[in-house]
Amino acid sequence: MRPRPRSPIALLFVVFALVIMPLTVRQAMAQDRLDAAIEKLLADSYPDTDAAVADIVTSGAPQAAAMLDAMAERRLLFSTTAKSVSYQDAAAKTFDARSGQLIPAPPADAQIVRVNNRLRGTIAAAIGTLTLLSPDPAKRLSAAESVFKSRDAASLPALEAAMAAEKLPNVKRVFASARASVLLASPDADRAQQVAAVATLAERGDQDAMALLQGVAANAASGDVKQAAALAITAVERKLKITGVVQNVYYGLSLGSVLLLAAIGLAITFGVMGVINMAHGEMVMLGAYTTYVVQEVFRGYAPAHFGWSLAVAIPLAFLVSALVGIAIERGIIRFLYGRPLDTLLATWGVSLILQQAVRTIFGSSNKEVGAPSFMSGAFEIFGLSITYGRMWIIIFTLLVFVALLAMLKLTPLGLQMRAVTQNRRMAASMGIRTNWIDAMTFALGSGIAGIAGVALSQIDNVSPNLGQSYIIDSFMVVVFGGVGNLWGTLVSAFALGIANKLLEPFAGAVLGKIFILVALILFVQKRPRGLFALKGRAVEA
Amino acid sequence: MILKALGSQPFSVNAAASRIFVGLLLAGLVLVPVLHLAIPEGAPFHLPTYVVALLGKYLCFAILAVALDLVWGYCGILSLGHSAFFALGGYAMGMYLMRQIGTRGVYANPILPDFMVFLNYKELPWFWYGFHSFPFALFMIFFVPGVLSLVFGWLAFRSRVTGVYLSIITQALTYALVLAFFRNDMGLGGNNGLTDFKDILGFTVQASGTRTILCMISIATLLATFLVAQRLVNSTFGKVLIAIRDTESRTRFLGYRVENYKLAVFVVSALMAGVAGALYVPQVGIINPSEFVPANSIEAVIWVAVGGRGTLVGAAAGAFIVNFLKTWFTSGLLAPYWLFVLGTIFVVVPLALPKGVVGALLDRFSTKSTGLKGASAMDEPAGKAAE
Repeated sequence: MRPRPRSPIALLFVVFALVIMPLTVRQAMAQDRLDAAIEKLLADSYPDTDAAVADIVTSGAPQAAAMLDAMAERRLLFSTTAKSVSYQDAAAKTFDARSGQLIPAPPADAQIVRVNNRLRGTIAAAIGTLTLLSPDPAKRLSAAESVFKSRDAASLPALEAAMAAEKLPNVKRVFASARASVLLASPDADRAQQVAAVATLAERGDQDAMALLQGVAANAASGDVKQAAALAITAVERKLKITGVVQNVYYGLSLGSVLLLAAIGLAITFGVMGVINMAHGEMVMLGAYTTYVVQEVFRGYAPAHFGWSLAVAIPLAFLVSALVGIAIERGIIRFLYGRPLDTLLATWGVSLILQQAVRTIFGSSNKEVGAPSFMSGAFEIFGLSITYGRMWIIIFTLLVFVALLAMLKLTPLGLQMRAVTQNRRMAASMGIRTNWIDAMTFALGSGIAGIAGVALSQIDNVSPNLGQSYIIDSFMVVVFGGVGNLWGTLVSAFALGIANKLLEPFAGAVLGKIFILVALILFVQKRPRGLFALKGRAVEA
Repeated sequence: MILKALGSQPFSVNAAASRIFVGLLLAGLVLVPVLHLAIPEGAPFHLPTYVVALLGKYLCFAILAVALDLVWGYCGILSLGHSAFFALGGYAMGMYLMRQIGTRGVYANPILPDFMVFLNYKELPWFWYGFHSFPFALFMIFFVPGVLSLVFGWLAFRSRVTGVYLSIITQALTYALVLAFFRNDMGLGGNNGLTDFKDILGFTVQASGTRTILCMISIATLLATFLVAQRLVNSTFGKVLIAIRDTESRTRFLGYRVENYKLAVFVVSALMAGVAGALYVPQVGIINPSEFVPANSIEAVIWVAVGGRGTLVGAAAGAFIVNFLKTWFTSGLLAPYWLFVLGTIFVVVPLALPKGVVGALLDRFSTKSTGLKGASAMDEPAGKAAE
């Protein structure tokens, strides 16, 4: 992080950075430059303004970017009587250009600094260079990335200045690779510089660097640059391969967490209660639609607090799905205990009714569910790009899993649930109201499906068919993991997710999925009770 | 002759029901051509073309229902993958019909069907060889569903996958097939499937005469399927199946090789489903991967449940009842409510009418006439309760 803009250290630092650069060595102090720019702006002519833009950039003053922004949007004002320039920000607050200080209002005779189209182009380019020096690391990064792509030799001096000033190692690396990319593109860079540039790119080692290096290997003028590039390509290829696998594993974890969320409720109703609930997918769908409704309410009544919509949606979705779950259990399933195949049919009917009901109320088109700001965007780590949305879903899934496990192990309700699972009649004779426990277990499983719906609404289309697309996968996860075993469900969800994603590059998404399904069918032959089968008396229960 | 054969059995409501059913089918065999072809259009009692087409479709569904009832109603195997066998039979027929188009396609390629030209196939994929000949296609209609059911059933029953587990993996099977058939690389038309058929054995598919004949063949096939199934369930073999359905472990302990019985009935049922699919395709004029979707299989199960599982007549009747309702609902203003109706049927039948319409009727008559409980009585086996 750079120190606060106004502190003398920052100023000194910028000055130092500018002084050591060969091209700017003749340049004077930043404030002088700024003063010169202001002088030129007062002249009110296009050529002078053009020159002023260049001065503002080289001044390196903290308010430079704001001034250029203001100029492009006709918010930069000059006053010939006060001999001062001021600018307004988007919120119409006025600042003095020389000091960067907030002032109450622009001078009375202030006029707008006129810009024409050519000037606008200059300003845009200037802002691009300037963002290399921006105090915000993210802005510096994206500026460096754009230089990396444009390979514009003209930006080299600014880039080198910024690089020297840079303190964050990861930003500095990007600066270095941008510089390397520019050097390799420029015809007057010397051979040693280019070989070093190749090494820098090899270190960067991503797809973009690869493409660049391939271009160098094909077109470089000198033999040793070519050779270095060829060597670098092999190194980068190896690195890319490893990163690719790791990236796929991460995608697999992400898919696995989605599967786990969808299946974990099923693991309770199917695994613990032995009830096969074909309407489970629709519980997920109801959760997603609850999210949609909550967000609509937020958009309508409290748009400022939109970030809280998911926090509100999670308990509500749990409640909605759990209530529907209780209704299904009390209304239908309890009459069908001991008739699993009939339960299957009846709950399938429920799923059709729920789907059609949602379709009637909300329409069959996809509903847009927004992501709060903390869930959008991505960051890079070790060459992996990780989206915040996926990351939060993985974390959220694990939290739900732990909470559920704790609930089953530590609460009285969990104890009673386990008791009823193990021996219904014995539990009943110990005074446990088994009917009530059945309803609660079903409500819990359904409610968790609702929570899964909140998470899925962030990554999938919210439509009446949402649940359908997960139901078969969820059953596969539960059957593969072993019925009645939550840890088994966890392992199986992640195993299936990762296997799916690792197969994708070789077989394609659809064929990969088919392989997995066939493998599962074969697996069930070998271990009909799943990966982690219950042993002992529980098997007969 | 058939009626005579049935008459030799001891009297029961069941036999009476099947006699009525066979009678209806025989009547249909005569009435369809007479009413459709002999009576001129516009005259009363004329059977319009769309009714013949609809009837043909229902008949194919009824064959599928009888096949499903054989495994579910009599052996307790709830297959949620029968639409896979149905669709595979359909694809075999579709491939034959595609080859018959010849140069009449849009691209007029004598060998390659249109979609292959469109997808830049250079030559016919190997699995299309032979489908220009009807006998070969006929063989494949039996062979493909037969082999798939044999392999799948052998794996599943040998390792004693039962109950809902079996239902889930049959569903996974058909799901995998949907995904596979949706792919363009599969060489079977991908998303669009096979369609634009021109003629079958030299007769134009769309022609009235061909439609009538196809409808009659469907009636005859349903009749044959029904009689074979009835023969099966009334034989010793059938009694063992029922024993397996009611208490599988006890049957095994008595020395029966349960998995062999299950496998046999599963394969027979798959063959029937394949034939139903093959008859279905020329009558509706298209086969595409959506026929595979698990929802179709489950819908077929509800036909059986509505009519009455464990009664073959009921299964066929259920297919007619549900599909008639479906046509009635989806062709009018009520279309958006059809899924509500279907869903309600799914919920209500297991709760209130576990023996189905025909099963309940049979029960009623048999207690009246003989005072005995009907042979169709079917409660979910007690031994399965634990699952």
